[in-house]
Order: sequence, then structure tokens, then C-alpha cells
Amino acid sequence: MSNNIIEVSHVNKTYTRHQALTDVSIDIPQGSIYGLLGPNGAGKTTLIRIINHITAPDSGIVRFDGHQLSASDIYNIGYLPEERGLYKKMKVGEQAMFFARLKGLSKKDARRSLDQWFEKLEITSWWNKKVEELSKGMAQKIQFIITVLHNPRLLIFDEPFSGFDPINAGILKREILELRDKGATVIFSTHNMSSVEELCDDITLINNSHNILTGNVEALRKQYGANRYRITFDSASSDAHQLMQAIEPFVVSSRQSDNDKLSSSTVDFTLRSADALRPMLAAANNTVLINSFSPLMPSMDEIFISAVENSNNTTTQPPVYNEAK
Amino acid sequence: MKSSLSLIISREFFQRVSRKSFIITTILMPILMIGLMAAPALIMMVSTPSQKEIAVIDFSGMIAPTLQNSQSVHITAYAPGTSTDTLEANKNIFGVLVIGEDIIKNPSSISLRTHEAASIELESNLSQQISSTIEDIRLRELGYDNIRQILDDTKANVVITTERIGQEKSTSSMVSFFIGIAMTFILYMFLLIYGQMVMTSIIEEKNNRVLEIVVSSVSPTKLMLGKILGIGLVATVQILIWGILICSVSAWLMPSLTSMVTGNDIELMSVLSQLGDTGYIISLFAYLLLFLIGGFLFYSAIFAAIGSAVDNIQDAGQLQSIVIIPIMLGLIMAMSVANDPNSTLAFWLSVIPFTSPMVMLARIPFGISTGEIILALVVLYVSTMLVVWLAAKIYRVGIFMYGKKPNLRELIRWATYK
Repeated sequence: MSNNIIEVSHVNKTYTRHQALTDVSIDIPQGSIYGLLGPNGAGKTTLIRIINHITAPDSGIVRFDGHQLSASDIYNIGYLPEERGLYKKMKVGEQAMFFARLKGLSKKDARRSLDQWFEKLEITSWWNKKVEELSKGMAQKIQFIITVLHNPRLLIFDEPFSGFDPINAGILKREILELRDKGATVIFSTHNMSSVEELCDDITLINNSHNILTGNVEALRKQYGANRYRITFDSASSDAHQLMQAIEPFVVSSRQSDNDKLSSSTVDFTLRSADALRPMLAAANNTVLINSFSPLMPSMDEIFISAVENSNNTTTQPPVYNEAK
Repeated sequence: MKSSLSLIISREFFQRVSRKSFIITTILMPILMIGLMAAPALIMMVSTPSQKEIAVIDFSGMIAPTLQNSQSVHITAYAPGTSTDTLEANKNIFGVLVIGEDIIKNPSSISLRTHEAASIELESNLSQQISSTIEDIRLRELGYDNIRQILDDTKANVVITTERIGQEKSTSSMVSFFIGIAMTFILYMFLLIYGQMVMTSIIEEKNNRVLEIVVSSVSPTKLMLGKILGIGLVATVQILIWGILICSVSAWLMPSLTSMVTGNDIELMSVLSQLGDTGYIISLFAYLLLFLIGGFLFYSAIFAAIGSAVDNIQDAGQLQSIVIIPIMLGLIMAMSVANDPNSTLAFWLSVIPFTSPMVMLARIPFGISTGEIILALVVLYVSTMLVVWLAAKIYRVGIFMYGKKPNLRELIRWATYK
């Protein structure tokens, strides 16, 4: 049996004059939290809909847990779409029961599972309210429950935190991690890079219908951070210009910024090669009074931007970064 | 475990029938319709016109004695010498009728002078009485004394009831015409009201994005089918309730009404017997239901496809004409076909699925051969399946399209997507 709960291979999807997905392949390991990133309109939602069996790919294949994805697999998937709503005129409980039963739960199981979740999120009193009486945040809690209450093996969240206040976002995050710990696999589609850094094990970056970057988050950050360092030094006693001249032979690019309040300056740079580290450091030490020296780990934001910019300029195959063993 | 389709259907159904508006319209509509039909008669009964006082000065001396009082006219004869001015001054007298001496020879030598405008009823009442008196006098002068009596004795009143060869029932074309038009009209209303209900409810779901959640549990095709069937069930229940009401009126009220009517009025008798034939009424309702369901499925599928393609009801306007025009055309054609239910045009219009439900219903009361009805039903239901299949393909794509208002050509292209 495969270790991947979802395997997307060579999927293409075209709308009238618009290529939504071009030869996209993704493997999503069981029990992981997987980030699906990309600019607006890149094709993420189309991919999610294909995984959800809502639309069919023009070509390519999707496997769920080793077998080809079929309609009955949606009972094992919970999907919280980015644009989401509820039936306004229906009562909360009635509506939750309806969705639970659509997901294949019996009346009894649905009721039991709903009671648990309503108690857990402390919203039991909402059961007989009409949805139109709820605030947006309240409605989102209901939508979250609807997504997870049938204990799906795969959870797909499209921008789950948008519209939540920090407290409720925290509760949501906690619940998602708990579900993961119980064995569920989670796919996140988001623009919120800090939550990607915090939660995701692996990511795939889709741009212009192509998969331009796939890999483990830590490995990616190391890879993108290779040979990048930051020196902070006392700007009162030394001159940034001298430093730049001293390290110039060893670096590819550098960027300087000042902080007048702390009377310190910062220079970020990328080395020509790993060998240049020691001579560069010696040269710098001779020129300025170093306050700190550290490797520079890029944020997912930076990786995202540089990968997208790169792919917009070239049309090469996506680089794949695997976790360092 | 309930299938997802039946879950969708029951949600659509119970959400709608439990609404107050449904209960109210279902009960109120028949009462309102009966009220509308009975209203003219009631108004006539309530507003009996006041009796008008007419003063008659008859110079010929032959007319005045024969004039009769009625509900609306009270006649008082005055001697020929009476001054008209004093009579006209009397406010109690509505008008003064002056009849000339030579009235028998010259029927226009007569005048009515009133303060207020005389009603048509008053004028015709007087002129009829006077004409018949003059006619009697002239006949007597010619020597035919009791010819009026002879005419009355020999008068014949013919009412044709058409008996179709091979059928036992007799029907009056007039009654069939009205029943047909009534059924067509009910169908027309249901197609528009419930068809648009399908469309608006899809637009609503798309608009508040609940659809995105629903389609993650159930395929778009099932969702569309469930919605159409659920709303169709609501329509069927409403028609059934009305049908039971009308059939029970036909079964219990009509026989007692028929016995109340005295045997003289053959025409009324035949109408009542046709309406009182419960078996006939039930068979009409069965057909109404069959064509209603077929027509509803056919048209609501198109309504559904349109609803899926647009973001709001305003945008639906133009596309809606694809459906509304044939429905209206069906109604208009049904009206004209009811005048000649067996023409070739009538036949073809009741086979083409766009017009068949309405045109066929207008023809059925006249007694159409069962084979023809079955043909129309088969064509209707087969093409319905085709339309539903096509609509589902459009719907699947349309529900995820936001922003741009699509045209018909784009809808057709969507149907070709994989």
C-alpha cells in the first residue's frame, strides 16, 4: 500500500480559453499537513475541486489511498471551501444534520457527532437559531464542524482562517492539529505564509497552472537560505561603505539597511560559494565592529515571491527539494 | 442510509411546504378562484336596482293599459290632458313617457323625458313591452288573432350534445372548451411559478456560496436533479390538494345542484352532468398531473441551467426568454387550438414538447384518442430526459462561473466540457 493518501499525476484541465492546470503532479503523504500555495487564479481551487471529485480532469489521474479516485471517496474527504455559505433560512441544527447525512452518516451518528462538536466548541445554544441570525464568525464555526464531523481521512481547508478573529483562529488551529494527531491528512490552501511556516510539513507552489515548486518546508528554507548570511555591526564606530568594499570579492549580492535608533547597520548578502565564508568573515572582522553574524533563513513569503518571479521569467521544470536525510 | 438524492429532495420539499406562504396559497387559491367565478352573480344579487317611477301619457290609448310593472319600473298612466310640466316637476317621477296618437303606424312617435340618464335596462324594458304590444295590435288588425299564442306553443329550443362514436359520454363543446382553457392556464401558471422557483433557488445557492459546500458532498448533477424533483413534488402536492377539493365538489355538490335545477334548462343540465361526472373529472386531473410533471421537468431543467450560469436574477432576464417565450406561445396556441381541437396544427403542437403540455391539455376535454395522448407523453418524457441531461452538463460548469454574464452560445459550449 502506498504511503500517500493522494497522488495526482500529470493532470491537465482546460477551460474555454484558459489553461487551469498543466501537467500537475503532487503526492500528499498520509498524516501530513500539506500546503497548497500560489497566487490568485493559479489553479489551486481547480486542483482542489478535482481532488474533491467535483470536476474531472481532462487528462491525468488522481489516486486516493492507492486506488483511482471515485465518487464514494468523498465520504472520506472533508472540504471547507474558501467561498462558503449556509442556507440562511434553515436552523443551525437542522442544517448541520442535513450536511452530516449528505456525508453518509446515519441520523443517530450524525446527531451524536454533532452534539459532541457543539459541546466542544461551546455553541450548543445555537442549535435552534436560524443561520441568518448568526455572525460571520459564528457561521464559520458551523462550517468547520460540517467539514470535520464525519471524521474524514483527508481534510481540505481553503483559506480557513480568513474571517476569524485571532482567538477563534487559535481554536481552529488547535482543532486542526488535533485531527492531524488522530491520523487525518490536512491540505491547506492559503496565502497566509506564516501559518504555512507554522503548520505545514510539505508544500506545493502552483503558478500559472504549473507546479513550480514542491518540497519539504524545512528543506526548502535551507535550500533557499544556502550561503545567505546577515551581519549586524556598530554604525557609529565603523563605515558601512568600507565593509561593503572589504567583502565584495566574496559575495554575489548584498543589501544594506541602517537602524539609526540603535546606531547599528545590517548587511544581508549571498556568498559566491560556501568556501568563501571564512575569508569573508575575516575581512569583515578587520573592517567593522561586528555585533552579530547569522545565517539568513528565508521566510516562506520570500520563497514564494522569488519562486513565482523565477517561473514567470523561465519555463523550466520545477525543482524538487527533499527533506535532508 | 438515505441516498444523497433523496436527502436533497426531502430538504427542498419540506423547506417549502412548511412555509406559511405555501399553506396559505394552497388553501386560499381555490377559495379565491371560486370567489372570482361567483363574484358577478353575487354582485347582481346584492345590487337590485331601485324601482323607477315612470309617468305615461298615452294619446293613442292603446299602449298604456298593457304596460306591466317590473322590478325596475313602476308605471303610472295619466290622462292625455295632463301637463307634462307638473309631472316633470315632481321629483318622485323618474321620467315622463309620451306616446303619440299614431304610435301603431309610426313606432318612433314616442319620447321619454328624464332628469337623469336612463339606464339601458330601463329603455330596453319599455321598448320591448311597447314593441310587442304594437306587434300584437298589428297582427290583430290583419286578422291573425292568437298568433302569439301559436308561436309560443310551437317554439322549439334545440341543444346539441355531441356523442363521440365509440364513446359513451356526451360532452358539450362549450364546457370542454372552458375546462381545457382552465387546465392550460393552471399548467401555464405552474410552469412559470415553479420553474422560476427552481431558477431563483439555484441563483441564491450560488450567490451565498452554500453550493460550494454542498457539492463537496454530492455531485452537481444530483444536486440539480434533487432540487428539480423536490420543487416538482411541491407543485404536485399543491395540484393534488386542489384536485381532491375539486373532485369532491364534483362528486358531492354537483348531483345535489343538478337535482335543484328544474328539468326545463337542458343546457344547464348538460353542463352540470359533465361537471358532475366524477370519473371524467378524475381522468382530466390524471392527465393534468402527467403533463404538469413532464412539462415542469422539461422547463425547469432549462430554468436550472440558466440559474446556474448567472450570478443574480437581473442577469437572468435575457436568458429566461428562451423558456418564457415557448411557454407563452404554448398558452396562446392552446387558446386557438381549443376552437378546433382536431386540426393538423393542433396535432403537431401537441406533439412538440415545447408546446405539448399546454396544447394537449386544451384538447383533452374534447376527447382525444388515447394513442395520441400516449404519443405526446412519450415524446415529452423522452425529450425531458434529454434536456435534463444537457442542463446537468451546463449546470456543472455554470455553478462555478462567477462574474461574466454568459450568452446562449457559451452555455452550449459548457455542455461539451468533460
